[in-house]
Amino acid sequence: MQWETVIGLEIHAQLATKSKIFSAASTAYGAEPNTQACAVDLGLPGTLPVLNEQAVKYAVKFGLAIGADIAKYSVFSRKNYFYPDLPKGYQISQFDLPIVGLGKLDIEVDGEIKTIGITRAHLEEDAGKSLHEDFHGMTGVDLNRAGTPLLEIVSEPDIRSSAQAVAYVKTIHSLVQYLDICDGNMQEGSFRCDVNVSVRPMGQEEFGTRAEIKNLNSFKFIEKAIHHEVERQIDLIESGGRVVQETRLYDANKDETRSMRSKEEANDYRYFPDPDLLPVEITPSLLQAMKAELPELPNQKKQRFEQQYQLTPYDASVLTAQRSLADYFEDMLECVEGEAKLCANWMMGELSAGLNQENLTILQSPISAKRLAGLVARISDQTISGKIAKQVFEQMWQGEESADEVIERKGLKQISDTGELEKIIDQLMIDNPVQVEQFRAGKTKMLGFFVGNIMKQTQGKANPQTVNQLLQAKLSD
Amino acid sequence: MYNKSLKELSTSLHQKEISSVELSTYFLDRIKRLDPDLNSIVTLTEEAALSAAIKADEKISQGIAGVLTGIPLLHKDIFCTQNIKTSCASKMLDNFVAPYSATVVNRLADAGSVMLGKTNMDEFAMGSSNETSFYGGVKNPWDTKLVPGGSSGGSASAVAARLAPMATGTDTGGSIRQPAAFCGVTGIKPTYGRVSRYGMIAFASSLDQAGVMAKSAEDAAIMLQAMAGFDEKDSTSIDKPVGNYAESLNDSIKGLTVGLPKEFFSDELDDSIRQKIDEAVDVIKSAGAKIKEISLPNINLSVPAYYVVAPAECSANLSRFDGVRFGHRCESPVDLDDLYKRSRGEGFGDEVKRRIMMGAYVLSAGYYDAYYKKAQQVRRLIQQDFIEAFKEVDVIASATAPTVAFAAGEKKGDPVSMYLSDIFTIGVNLAGLPGMSVPCGFVDNKPVGLQLIGNYFAESRLLNVAHQYQQLTDWHQAVPAGFGEE
Repeated sequence: MQWETVIGLEIHAQLATKSKIFSAASTAYGAEPNTQACAVDLGLPGTLPVLNEQAVKYAVKFGLAIGADIAKYSVFSRKNYFYPDLPKGYQISQFDLPIVGLGKLDIEVDGEIKTIGITRAHLEEDAGKSLHEDFHGMTGVDLNRAGTPLLEIVSEPDIRSSAQAVAYVKTIHSLVQYLDICDGNMQEGSFRCDVNVSVRPMGQEEFGTRAEIKNLNSFKFIEKAIHHEVERQIDLIESGGRVVQETRLYDANKDETRSMRSKEEANDYRYFPDPDLLPVEITPSLLQAMKAELPELPNQKKQRFEQQYQLTPYDASVLTAQRSLADYFEDMLECVEGEAKLCANWMMGELSAGLNQENLTILQSPISAKRLAGLVARISDQTISGKIAKQVFEQMWQGEESADEVIERKGLKQISDTGELEKIIDQLMIDNPVQVEQFRAGKTKMLGFFVGNIMKQTQGKANPQTVNQLLQAKLSD
Repeated sequence: MYNKSLKELSTSLHQKEISSVELSTYFLDRIKRLDPDLNSIVTLTEEAALSAAIKADEKISQGIAGVLTGIPLLHKDIFCTQNIKTSCASKMLDNFVAPYSATVVNRLADAGSVMLGKTNMDEFAMGSSNETSFYGGVKNPWDTKLVPGGSSGGSASAVAARLAPMATGTDTGGSIRQPAAFCGVTGIKPTYGRVSRYGMIAFASSLDQAGVMAKSAEDAAIMLQAMAGFDEKDSTSIDKPVGNYAESLNDSIKGLTVGLPKEFFSDELDDSIRQKIDEAVDVIKSAGAKIKEISLPNINLSVPAYYVVAPAECSANLSRFDGVRFGHRCESPVDLDDLYKRSRGEGFGDEVKRRIMMGAYVLSAGYYDAYYKKAQQVRRLIQQDFIEAFKEVDVIASATAPTVAFAAGEKKGDPVSMYLSDIFTIGVNLAGLPGMSVPCGFVDNKPVGLQLIGNYFAESRLLNVAHQYQQLTDWHQAVPAGFGEE
């Protein structure tokens, strides 16, 4: 039987506010445990939440960027459950009246555009962290993260493959960074997702029973977890079993999902409106102000890059996939105007390879846009060849030097001086009369022999164009 | 001394007839001497009081003192006080010391008042007789066999016995007004949002409001003035200027319309109390007010609606008491479930558990619409009734409670009958209106309270009517036998 996969996603994007969603405590990552949790975050009696306006603005921006309805009134509700890292015994979230309503987002898979519906996006506070290791059979609780603002983005079950799911997550990941509302750091948990997966016989309208895979924090894991889960469900059904609605965890080490809790064991969260907080009112003027603050969005930027810089659709899409990449690219162009293609090649080539190898993001690049532009400038003015440039790049990667400093120190400047090159060629022709004869007899391939030799003698510094011209002229004499 | 008004005490302090240290010592001595019979105070803060009194005396000397500078007071033990235990009269918080003070506490301290201690109360403010306190019941100074009412029973009892000139209280369904009535003191619960709830341990957040227990409307006006106003730490506090309460106390009430809701003068009301209320209404009428019968058609639904909404909110508000971070933790828990179950099972009293369970039930899947949602709809109807009524009248008057103070133990085993003792006060909380209780006589030597209900933010008007009434009566000045010595 042919099976169709149906996927819906819930993405948790940590909003990049300085303070928490309901308190003044800092949201900075990596502090000593429990040093960034104030009385409100600890849920001490008598303390009250006060909504961080910035979090609301960020949610509105996201809503506008996906063309969603922004609720004029939205309401915070209490989601009740007990857990040691949930200080109040309830999480403040939004339930029946979320701030962002129905919207949509285009994703691209294998050159094809698909529109994914976004059901809603709502604001909520994060819980703390329970630490089960290093406490000798006990559990440690770190409440630094408690109260960190999250935007939970819920998609419609419009996704039909793991590739689409990854494309969707990447598109949202890029979008929230474009909007500057989330740092997108998946390792630190600033961006994570839950995936709802079900399968149904191809052509069937009714959805199959879904399983939810919790807390996936890398694109690779999302893809693998879906693959695994789809296989598990199909195997189960084909061998006469039934999929049960449950929450599953993906174990990256074993590459499998396993059951966490079934629907029957699920909590009754007893949601009700939080009486400590007023409904959030979005005024037309706030909406207007947020619209005005919206930056150029990924698609708009991609189109502009194609037109303004004559980039191929592929290059434009790679360079606009992340706002930081696009910014880097345009920062380079400020220094080397008109060299868009060269800049793009260097970013997508050497730089990207270097970053990948060391697992760095563009923001952590050892070579700044300005420094890399310095290198491109020397290629552009033919001070060095592309080949030599790779050597220079390596030196730059390891140190602080500019391209010019490396070229100077290592004497890599291209030899374009015809006098100097002529001398080398003349000597070469004297030393290799047979080869000269062969060339003149029509074996033009011998040109490579001469070029190679010259390059060897000049350690690659000879300007290849000049060498070609001179050789052609002299050998043809 | 003990029966002097705040104004008189303030004048004595400013004229250096007495120092704040002397005044505070005087009331501390009264507490030590008289409170053992009442159990109205759970924590005495003598040392902190004396150092605050010294500071107050310095301010008075420097001529930078206000009307409350140097005046002793008591705080209900529901208000967090930095570095001083705040128990909410629960075993759960018997070891809890907050690292911050409630906004109310800070504002009264900033006004120069001197905290003498913290008053007993029903556990987590859940109760109408003060019998649910972990520290034992409070006694009514008019007759120690009687309850003082609740939940602010300690504050009411202490002010009635003149152990302090004033005390804070909180009122979720009548917790200031009912004990004020039972103990013969003047209590006011302002409009919801008028006083900050920050640092006040929550029972039912949409109903809880801090207020005042005092000897008179004039004193209540002075004290409330220091407490009221917007607080950015409480999102439900209202950013609206606070009127000058003392200024309008002496306004004439001639031509004012006082509404008497017919539903509040029905069979539930004791005849002897009804007679006292009629007399009080006659006094107000004699001052020139017009009396008008009105109707609050949905008010009979207020008790059931309240006992859905309040427990629902409390069931979530009290979840933080889980034995993990603060408060009572059971001995040697074997696992997380055991930690939760035993810490909460041991830490909470029966009434608190009952309300948590009711609350969890009405919010649970399948019951939410039938209970919680319905109760919220009823709440809006009740609010609408009051809004309609205030189109016709300026103030509403009724009895504060359907009976006078009852004997300790009388209603302890009968929660519903206990809940009904708040039948006249609860609607005011559901609507978020300001309400007062003013002493208006005695039945069998037990105080009776007249409830006055005002429109939103009409605290000035309420205090004005109460003050005018107190100019013509002296019920509020009566002191229980056994507490009349200096």
